[in-house]
Amino acid sequence: MADVAVQHGAAEVYEPSLFGAYSKKIGMWLFLLSDTLTFGALLFAYSYGRISTPGWPTPFGKESIINATIMTACLLSSSLTMVLGVLAARRGDRAWTRNWMLFTMLFGTAFIVLHAMEWSRLIDSGMTPFKNPWAANVPQFGGTFFTLTGMHMLHVTIGVIYLGVVSLRKKFLPILLGLWLVAWLATPADNVFHVGAHVLLIGAVVSAAILFLKPKDYDAHDVEVAGLYWHFVDLVWMFIFPLVYLMSTRVV
Amino acid sequence: MHDVATTHDEGKGQYFWVWGALLLLTAAEVVLAYRQVFQPLRMLEVLMMLSVIKSALIIGYFMHLKYEIAAMKWTLMVAVTICLCLMFIFFADAFRIIHLGVR
Repeated sequence: MADVAVQHGAAEVYEPSLFGAYSKKIGMWLFLLSDTLTFGALLFAYSYGRISTPGWPTPFGKESIINATIMTACLLSSSLTMVLGVLAARRGDRAWTRNWMLFTMLFGTAFIVLHAMEWSRLIDSGMTPFKNPWAANVPQFGGTFFTLTGMHMLHVTIGVIYLGVVSLRKKFLPILLGLWLVAWLATPADNVFHVGAHVLLIGAVVSAAILFLKPKDYDAHDVEVAGLYWHFVDLVWMFIFPLVYLMSTRVV
Repeated sequence: MHDVATTHDEGKGQYFWVWGALLLLTAAEVVLAYRQVFQPLRMLEVLMMLSVIKSALIIGYFMHLKYEIAAMKWTLMVAVTICLCLMFIFFADAFRIIHLGVR
């Protein structure tokens, strides 16, 4: 059998790729499916607790809902700019691919900043993962909220770094380190994001390892795969937003 | 960025339509929730239905699954839907607890 294979050209030895799509795309889809189950499990666990616990707190008033709606609009708009970036990459328009991806990162960053302010407000009002000021008999409210939204915020942060690496490559590293310093030094020492900002430093180290150990010119396929990840992050928020925020609106 | 052959020809316009539809659906969700139009359980059903429509739009258009081959669409979507539906098995227990009361 081996002799037969050797006589053929290399192209005929390999099977065609799965679903006729390039392998990077299949890899990303498989990762996203597994991530769907991660978020699915978290959301189902939250919904279970929500249904089986009487007196679940509903602390989100007008200000919180408006804030979360603006955050949702940011993510939806970032998906639009991302898809325009993918189209530009297909056209071979490097400048606009980069520009649209930068817009996407801007919207993503706006989302993170708004969300961080929301977290800080809730923490200031006395909410922790183990207690909350609205319902003493439902201590798990904070835990579910911070786990779900924190996991999502981490995904958005990783998405912004991913897009930065694909769009700006090594030029992104000083920007990311700058963002880390700003996020670290501009937050008060007792704020959770004073420590959380170090995620950006870890991201910079990982990005540097990728960019220096495997330098390459990212092509339209890489942009599309990055886009798949970004849209997924948007997609998850479409479930977190109604389940966590809208189901806990305060009656006016 | 080198040119990559595209399997379909789509305009920019449809993405703006999808974006508009997503924003409208979000606005509808917010209004429904803020006005507390339905009882909580019915509200949950309505919100989840709207969210599933939104995610279908995102997956179909933004993630381009609409333009992939049928085998890929079916394999990915059926797999993830079945896995997520299996998690519904816990809900019978959640309802049992709320009906019996926590002791």
